[in-house]
Amino acid sequence: MTHAHDPFVRVVKRTNIERSKVVLFRLTALVGALLAGALLVALLGYDPAQMYGDMVSGAIKGFIGVNKKGVLAFTNASQATIKIMTLLLVSALGLTMAFKMRFWNIGGEGQILVGAICSSYVAIQFGDTWPQWLILPAMFLAGCVGGGLYGLLPAIFKARWGTNETLFTLMLNYIALNFITYLQYQPSWQITGTSFPKIRDFADSTQLPGVLGVHIGWIIALLLAVLVYLYFAKTKQGYEITVVGESANTARYAGMNVTRIILRTMFISGAICGFAGFLQVSGADGTLTTDTAGGAGFTAITVAWLAGMNPLLMIVYSFFIAILERGSNRIQTTMGIPKSAADMLIGIILFFMLGVEFFINYRLVFRARHRKEEAAA
Amino acid sequence: MKPNAQPDVTKAVEMRNITKTFGPVVANDRVCLTLEKGEILALLGENGSGKTTLMNMLSGIYLQDSGEILVCNRPVTIRSPKDAYALGIGMIHQHFKLVDVLTAAENIVLGLKGGHTVNRREINARVREIAGRYGFDIDPAKKIYNMSVSEKQTVEIIKALYRGADILILDEPTAVLTPQETTKLFAVLRMMKAHGKSIIIITHKLGEVMEISDRVAILRKGEYIATVRTAETTRQDLTEMMVGRRVKLEIDRPVCPRGDRKLHVTGLTCVSREGVTKLKDVALDAFGGEILGVAGVAGSGQKELCETITGLKPIQAGSILYRYTRGGATVEENIAGMSADKIAQRGISLAFVPEDRLGMGLVANMNIVDNVILRSYQENAGMLINRKKYRPVCENMIRELDIVTPGLSTPVRRLSGGNVQKVLLGREILSRPQVLICAYPVRGLDIVSSYRIYALLNAEKQKGNAVIFIGEDLDVLMDISDRILVLCGGQVSGVVDPRASTKEEIGLMMTRIGREKVGGIA
Repeated sequence: MTHAHDPFVRVVKRTNIERSKVVLFRLTALVGALLAGALLVALLGYDPAQMYGDMVSGAIKGFIGVNKKGVLAFTNASQATIKIMTLLLVSALGLTMAFKMRFWNIGGEGQILVGAICSSYVAIQFGDTWPQWLILPAMFLAGCVGGGLYGLLPAIFKARWGTNETLFTLMLNYIALNFITYLQYQPSWQITGTSFPKIRDFADSTQLPGVLGVHIGWIIALLLAVLVYLYFAKTKQGYEITVVGESANTARYAGMNVTRIILRTMFISGAICGFAGFLQVSGADGTLTTDTAGGAGFTAITVAWLAGMNPLLMIVYSFFIAILERGSNRIQTTMGIPKSAADMLIGIILFFMLGVEFFINYRLVFRARHRKEEAAA
Repeated sequence: MKPNAQPDVTKAVEMRNITKTFGPVVANDRVCLTLEKGEILALLGENGSGKTTLMNMLSGIYLQDSGEILVCNRPVTIRSPKDAYALGIGMIHQHFKLVDVLTAAENIVLGLKGGHTVNRREINARVREIAGRYGFDIDPAKKIYNMSVSEKQTVEIIKALYRGADILILDEPTAVLTPQETTKLFAVLRMMKAHGKSIIIITHKLGEVMEISDRVAILRKGEYIATVRTAETTRQDLTEMMVGRRVKLEIDRPVCPRGDRKLHVTGLTCVSREGVTKLKDVALDAFGGEILGVAGVAGSGQKELCETITGLKPIQAGSILYRYTRGGATVEENIAGMSADKIAQRGISLAFVPEDRLGMGLVANMNIVDNVILRSYQENAGMLINRKKYRPVCENMIRELDIVTPGLSTPVRRLSGGNVQKVLLGREILSRPQVLICAYPVRGLDIVSSYRIYALLNAEKQKGNAVIFIGEDLDVLMDISDRILVLCGGQVSGVVDPRASTKEEIGLMMTRIGREKVGGIA
C-alpha cells in the first residue's frame, strides 16, 4: 500500500558507465537517427535508401585516388567535404578556447567574418603588387589580429562591466555580416565595370597552395587540433584557462590575474576563428561573400560540444558533420529534396546524437521495474 | 488536529528499514527510527552518516527507495513537503528557506492556501499568539534581511508551527547560534515538548545531546546503530557508537616558546561593494609558535578578515605588516593593498585554507596533482607545466596524511570531506608557510579527521610558524588556541587567554563591544 503512489518513472544518475556501453549507446543513437530520418524522407515521398546512398557518395565518393592527370588527390566529391571540415574544425578549436573558460562565445561567425574581411583588405590592396611569400603571411596576420580583436571586445566589456557575453557575441555576428553587404557596394571592393553588389575575385598570389587537391589549410587544421590539445594538457596558460572556467574565485585565490586571462584567451579564441576566415578567402573561395562563414560559426558550437571539448575528437566530429552538410546539398540536386527538408534531416540526426548524452548520464527506472528491484534486494 | 490520530498512540513516527541510495552511494541502509510523542530525540552521527537524508525523507524532500514510514501508526507515503505538513511534520533546514525581502509574517504564510487577499492583522495576531505560547521573541512585521541568524531561525520554527506541525525536525539548529542563543532555543524546545510536540534534533555535538534530549538515536555510515536513553549513557559511549571505536576526546595544546611577530595588522577596515562595513579598525598580532583562535558569530567579519590579509579583498584603510625572509635578510613589509597575485610574486608564502574548500581552495573537477600545483605552477620555467615532477610530492602527501583516494587522477570532488580538507591543508603546508590561516578547518569533518587536522595545525605551531584558526565551535577553540580574538560585527571586541576565561565570557563578547577585556594578555 505504501507503493500505491510511487512515481511512474524516476531519473537516476549513472556513475561509472563502461566505455563499451557508451559506444553502444552512441551507435544505437546513430541507427535511431538514420531510421527517424528515413521515416521523414519516406513521408515526403522519397526513397530513403537512395537518399542515404546519394548523401554518402556525394560527400566522399572515391575519397582519395589518382586523378586524370595521374596525381594522387582527393576526389571531386571529397574535396568539398574536406573544405567544409577544415572550416568547421578550425572554428570549433577557436570556440573551445573560450568554452573551456566557460565563456560562451557564440560569436564565432562574426569572428570568422572579421578575420576574412581583414585578410580580404590586404588581398585587395596589395594582391596585385606584393609577391606571394609576403602577401599570404600578411593576410594571415591580418585575419588573426582582426578576429582576435573582435573576440576581445566582448571580453573587455565582460571583465569591466560584467555584460552578458552570449548576447554580446551573438549581436556582433550581425554587425560583421552586414558590414560585408556594405563593402559589396564600395567601389574599391566591388567587381569593376558592373553595379552588381559583389566583391571582386582576388589575385592568384593570394591563394594558398594545395595539397592533394585541397588548399593546405586542412593540414594546418589537423596540426592545430594537436596544438590546442597540447595547449590544454601541458601549458601554464591552458591550465589557467581551465581553473578560471571551473571557478574564478579559485583562480584569484591561486594568485592568477583573472581579467588578463579572460582577455588573453578571448583574443586567442577570436584569432583562431579569424584564421578560419583567412582560410576561407585565401583557400576555399578566393573572394569575400556574405556566405564566407556560411553558419560555420554556429555549427562549430555543435562540433565542440559533441566532441566534449576534446580537440582531437573534434577532427572526427567535424568530418562527420561536413559529410552531413555536403550530403544534404547533394540530395537537393540529385533528388530534388527541398533545402528545408534536408535541414530537418540534419537537425534530426544531431538531435539524436546530442540527446543520447542524457541516457549516458542518467537512467530511467519505471515503477514496475522499481518494485522488482526492491523485491530482489 | 488530525482526525485520524488515535488518543492511545504513543509513537509519533516510526521509520522501518528505510533505504536510500544516490547512485552507488548508500546514504541510508535499512535504517529504523522511532519518535515517541512528546519527546526530544537527538539524531546523532558524523557528517555523511545519513542523518539529514533520513530526515529529508520524513519531510518529503526525498522519497525512500524502500522501507516504510508510519505516522501515528498509519503507513504513509510522503512525496512532498506539502504531504509532510498534512501529516503534521515540519522541518527546519540548516540553510534557511526564507524570502529576504518579505516580512516574517509574509514568509510564514507563504505558499499556504487562501484567498487572493492577505489579512496581515489576523496573521500577525496568530504569529504573536504562537510566539507567546512557546516563549519566542519576534516582530511579525520585520523584514528577513534585517534579521539576525537566530531571528531567521525563529521565523522558520514559527512557520512550521503555524502550519500545524506536531512533529518538528531541526537540522543542526545550533550551528549558527551563540551560546546564549542556544540556551534560549533549548528553553523554547522544552516549552514545545511540554505542549506535547515531538521533536527530532539533528546534531553532532555531544554536549547538546546530553543537555536537551530524552533519547539518542545513533547513525554511522548510513547504518542504524542504536537508540539509547540519554540519562543512561555517557559522552564516551556515544562517541564510540558514533565513530565505531574508542577515541581520545581531549585536544592537545603543546607548550611552545613564543616566536617572532609574523603578522601585525592595525586599523584594518573593509567596506563591501554594497557599502556595508564588514571590518572596522581591526588590529591583530600573530606570533610564531602560537595558534591564534578567532571566535565570533557567523558573519562577524571572519571571511573578510581572511580575504583582506591574503589580498583577495580590497581594503579601505589599515596596514598589514608581514615579516619574512628575503635574500637572507628578515624584512617586515606592508602588504596592505596588494592583490593576491602581487603577494605571490613577492615570494611571500601566506598559506590560507579558505572556508569554501571546493569553491575557492580547490578545483572540484581537477585531480590531486592539478590541485597541488595550483599555488606553485608559476614556478615552472617557461610555458609548460611538468606534472611528472609533482607526482612523487603528491604520493608522499597521500601517504603522510592518510588521504583515501582511488588514485592521483581522481577528481577531488569524489573524495570525502575529510580527505578534501587534507588535500587542501596538505598543499598549503607544502608551501612552507610562516603564517597559516585556516577558516573553519574542521567544519563538516568526522571526529577522526578533525583530530588529524588539529594535530597538523599543532605541528605547524611547533615548527615555529604562526597559525590563525577561525572557528565556530567554542569548545574546540578554547582547547586548541593560545589566545582567542573575538569578533563582533566586524570589530575586535577583545583578545582573551582561553585558559583564564569561560565560554560564557567569550559568548558575551561575541554579542557586544565596549566591555573591558577579560583576562587578556595582549
